[in-house]
Amino acid sequence: MSILIDEKTRVVVQGITGGEGTFHTQRMQEYGTKVIAGVTPGKGGQTHLGVPVFNSVAEAVEKEGANASAIFVPAFFAADAIMEAADAGIQVIVCITEGIPTFDMIKAKQFLKGKRCSLIGPNTPGIISPGKCKIGIMPGHIHTPGTVGIISRSGTLTYEAVDQVTSLGIGQSTAVGIGGDPIVGLSFTELLKLFKEDDGTEAVILIGEIGGTAEEEAAEYINKEFQKPVVSFIAGQTAPPGRRMGHAGAIIAGGKGTAKEKMEALDKAGVHVAKSPAEIGQKVKDVLR
Amino acid sequence: MKIHEYQAKQILYKYGVRIPKGEVAETPSKAREIAERIGPNVVLKAQVHAGGRGKGGGIKLVSSAQEAEKIAQEMIGMTLFTHQTGPEGKLVKRILVEEALDITRELYVGIVVDRAKEAPVVMASSEGGVEIEKVAAETPELIFKEYVNPAAGFLGFQARNLAFKLGLGGETFKQAVKFILSLYKAFEATDASLAEINPLLITKKGNVLALDAKMNFDDNALPRHPEIKEMRDLDEEDPLEVEASKYNLNYIKLDGNVGCMVNGAGLAMATMDIIMHSGSMPANFLDVGGGVSEEAVKNAFEILVSDQDVKAALINIFGGIVRCDLVANGIVKAAKEIGLKVPMVVRLEGTNVDLGKKILKESGLAFYPAANMKEAAEKVVPLAKQQERS
Repeated sequence: MSILIDEKTRVVVQGITGGEGTFHTQRMQEYGTKVIAGVTPGKGGQTHLGVPVFNSVAEAVEKEGANASAIFVPAFFAADAIMEAADAGIQVIVCITEGIPTFDMIKAKQFLKGKRCSLIGPNTPGIISPGKCKIGIMPGHIHTPGTVGIISRSGTLTYEAVDQVTSLGIGQSTAVGIGGDPIVGLSFTELLKLFKEDDGTEAVILIGEIGGTAEEEAAEYINKEFQKPVVSFIAGQTAPPGRRMGHAGAIIAGGKGTAKEKMEALDKAGVHVAKSPAEIGQKVKDVLR
Repeated sequence: MKIHEYQAKQILYKYGVRIPKGEVAETPSKAREIAERIGPNVVLKAQVHAGGRGKGGGIKLVSSAQEAEKIAQEMIGMTLFTHQTGPEGKLVKRILVEEALDITRELYVGIVVDRAKEAPVVMASSEGGVEIEKVAAETPELIFKEYVNPAAGFLGFQARNLAFKLGLGGETFKQAVKFILSLYKAFEATDASLAEINPLLITKKGNVLALDAKMNFDDNALPRHPEIKEMRDLDEEDPLEVEASKYNLNYIKLDGNVGCMVNGAGLAMATMDIIMHSGSMPANFLDVGGGVSEEAVKNAFEILVSDQDVKAALINIFGGIVRCDLVANGIVKAAKEIGLKVPMVVRLEGTNVDLGKKILKESGLAFYPAANMKEAAEKVVPLAKQQERS
């Protein structure tokens, strides 16, 4: 089992004819993802990588039955692409684009309110249900089907965690990058709710980092309602205050959003907190015993 | 991105925020000339990217143009130390010369984006002139907040709510409402991440002015605000960080002695953390990007070895889509060109990892290979300590 996407998911790629869009669409196709259409305004009617290109997401939904989208459009156009996908009735919108202005995302999130769709990202490696469907830019081959769910604010650090559990013989149900920006779509808590309902997920790895309060909110939810074991690592224990650590959202502001606060909140909620990133895999193995 | 107080005031003025009369001076004679025009009583304010200037001697009140010139002579070129400058202090290159105003009340108004609420929040407090974090920690009931509805914008009644709660009335109330609305207009129009007026001044006559002003901007939005991007003051930043930013590398100088080069921000932070857990501290944060190109590796390598504090380095690359053999070639090329100035532990993982390791081994360069993050950190820490001693 898995959450949000599986072998039936029909993906439209927004920005399919661009460099990034082309490269990663090929990787997704190789992985077995059903990429059924692309969208590049002005290039409707063409065929690219064996799939039809449309001028709008609405057409891709109408003609090819797209129900998920991958966004590879430049930062200043990405919020528009998110809203277009939502308006067209896409259920799972995965926005890979990095560098979207915060105000654009504030507006996009406002637009999404009340619509029946899930936004993943932006500034995310995407989402993968191993062996079934990959929407994003993560290396598919390091994943293996299994029963551990992964939620993370990071890219390569998620690959590190996946690699650790895979090499211990533990597979993943679904791995989701929620994105490294201050304002993102699905939160840790919303994804935990989905993993709670998923019979195919036995345990969850939660990889957080400094900045914001998403981990604290997740801790509160876990404490109240989440029974499955959770292993967590918070990156940025040595990060200085007031500095943006690569991700737009990774900043300790006004003394708030430190790794220490987050680790304590998670620890209090009964989460198995790994102090060192090297301990993630082993901790998962321990809780699955 | 941060800017100076005088720059923030220039921007705010354009949006109708009332500021004291003043101009920036880079020489004592210019300071005198400004004081002659707007004085005789003026305030000289050192323009550096740090708070707490008053206590550090960076803000001086003078009562004549001659005195303004004399004090400006002392201030321009001085190194200012405050709790925000760090132990190295900040060089004062210019001062803001402003009319001195009589003060009856000092208030606070600030705007930031509330991440949890996903909306801007306009905050006001009767406790101006002190750090707002301190007020938030000790007397949070003295901070009033209005969240902005992104669809409707910041509304008149919200500004009135704040002005009423600050206990203002009459003409002062009207001015304060306009002030707060204008401040929000500036915040949204410039894609700011922070606009803070602390203190907001009420004069004896009841006028409302921004005595100090601080603005930070969303880096992601800067390409659509070229006039603000131009305000960046490279002298306020670490030279290595400026160099790194030219190559689109995310680099932050830190206090430790173990340098690191990592692909991806999360993994880079995790690498810093594991260095600490192994007994040393990281000398920097350096993210060469998830996709890590050969050129990025070379530029990063150069920045890493040009930091005198780095005694040993850890290169941690998780090749995902990018193949490890390409990364290994980049590292070898950089090391041959620039030289292995400090011991380097290299950990490669991911696609074509065996080929990557082979390339490193056959390069004849004295890299220390590591199979995983833990081993890498445990190798690099003693190497750094050994170098530190020798």
